[in-house]
Amino acid sequence: MDAFLLDYSLTRGEVILEFGYLIAAVCFIIGLKLLSNPVRARKGNTFAAGGMFLAVIVTIVFHKDSTGAGIASANSIIIVVTISLGIIAGGILARKVRMTEMPQLVSFFNATGGAASALVALIEYSNPANLSPLVTLLSLVIGSIAFSGSIIAYFKLDGKVGDISFSFMKYINSLFLLVILAFVMIMLTGDYGSGMDQILVYTLLFISLIYGVLFVIPIGGADMPVVISLLNSFTGIAAALAGFIYQNQAMILGGIFVGSAGTILTVLMCRAMNRSLLNVIMGAFGGTGQSGGNEPGAQIKEITASDAAVLLSYSGKVVIVPGYGLAVAQAQHECQEMVRLLEEKGIEVRYAIHPVAGRMPGHMNVLLAEAEVPYEKLVEMDTINPELKNTDVVVVIGANDVVNPAAEEDPSSPIFGMPIIRAHEARNIIVMKRGMGLGYAAIENSLFYHEKSRMFFGNARDSIRKLIVEIKVL
Amino acid sequence: MESIVHFLFSHREVIFIIVLSVFLGIEVISNVPSVLHTPLMSGANAISGVIVIGGIILVGHSDTSRISLNLVLGILAILFGTLNVAGGFVVTDRMLEMFRKKKK
Repeated sequence: MDAFLLDYSLTRGEVILEFGYLIAAVCFIIGLKLLSNPVRARKGNTFAAGGMFLAVIVTIVFHKDSTGAGIASANSIIIVVTISLGIIAGGILARKVRMTEMPQLVSFFNATGGAASALVALIEYSNPANLSPLVTLLSLVIGSIAFSGSIIAYFKLDGKVGDISFSFMKYINSLFLLVILAFVMIMLTGDYGSGMDQILVYTLLFISLIYGVLFVIPIGGADMPVVISLLNSFTGIAAALAGFIYQNQAMILGGIFVGSAGTILTVLMCRAMNRSLLNVIMGAFGGTGQSGGNEPGAQIKEITASDAAVLLSYSGKVVIVPGYGLAVAQAQHECQEMVRLLEEKGIEVRYAIHPVAGRMPGHMNVLLAEAEVPYEKLVEMDTINPELKNTDVVVVIGANDVVNPAAEEDPSSPIFGMPIIRAHEARNIIVMKRGMGLGYAAIENSLFYHEKSRMFFGNARDSIRKLIVEIKVL
Repeated sequence: MESIVHFLFSHREVIFIIVLSVFLGIEVISNVPSVLHTPLMSGANAISGVIVIGGIILVGHSDTSRISLNLVLGILAILFGTLNVAGGFVVTDRMLEMFRKKKK
């Protein structure tokens, strides 16, 4: 056995390392495959995590540099301590965050991955043993863009940064991209001595970081999930490029895999909103104003809790359209309690879930699942839409853009073409809203002025509690 | 031109792997229901933290007898990479936990 290894000038450790990486890569693939199946998704996540754990362990134990030296024990201790700190911090963050803030957290974690890639590339660029400067610089650029872009996406989702867009923004962004490419070309072709090289590489890092900010800042807040998914695939590509420097199979495979899967996921998300990726990146979504709705003389009509309770209690079929407002008010539990009360009266109640309800695709499903809403009560948009004509009451709770008829009727509307839940086709509509504020796309909603609509203002949680009281006395 | 051909040829195995994994990634993701988009994105995000291995290699083979900028940056890379991996997997698990509850 050992003689055989000697023939290939391999040590036992190297064999274990390479096969360990192979197993890790297989775990990533199986993990993602299972993650796309609702029943086995959790197992898939565990699989992928196991693969990652294996890859890390075999690297620490068996990795050797080009001179054949392994990782010294002092270095191993530093590595293990750092990883433990990362696990504790990451674990706490992931456990503590409220479910409504999950999209921000995913964005934040993506930013840290991008930062790690940029750092590795930054160090490797000045390493004389590194033979792939092009790959290193690309990893630096893409990693930095993923980092700063994700940070901006994080703040946008958190509502701390608004949409900033100028008409000439497109040109500035293109200019930045050209400057980055020029820098890479200059650094690859010339020999400037190590001092100048350091200045150049840090300048490139800085420009890439700014580009990441400029890339994300004009994109509308409603499109952030798509952007995060795109930046996620950037992070994957940056990791794969860094893996190329080390000829490390686990990094290459894992990174490319995330890169391609992330890109496809991005396209699928765009398709769910009936928009093209280019349209998301280029088109300034929302913010422009008043198109749609608000015809002269249109009046909103309010409804009291007791009237709403009567309306609901004497219906046959009720459909609830939950939106981000419900999630923010943490009203999912109250909502489910109300549904249970109505069901006890023999009323058929279901939830209509828009693909991008909440802040991310599937976000609303997670929130409602948390409130123990049975899975079969959640109906997807395409299934519920034909049935809305025969629905007595649609209750829109904290949703806005996803029920805006302008998406179907008004070609001048920024959201024109986005598939919506056709709440306006129901016999009665109750809209629970905090006030007459605009939705995430910042456009007017003619549904609120519809003759069949009744507005019920207030925090979703308080409003539903009032409704519950009224329904109970009926 | 010659250098490009040389580059492609000398890295042919890696290029093979890259091209095949692109197709594999596309194949694995394409029939996923929109309900799972968020957990899937989060899970993929955790896997992209595989860059932590790069950080381990860097710090593993650097001189620890004195504190250098590269050592500090390398440690930061490991820390950030681990945050991405650990946080990503835990938050994905948390999302999926809720899906599982409803199966009762």
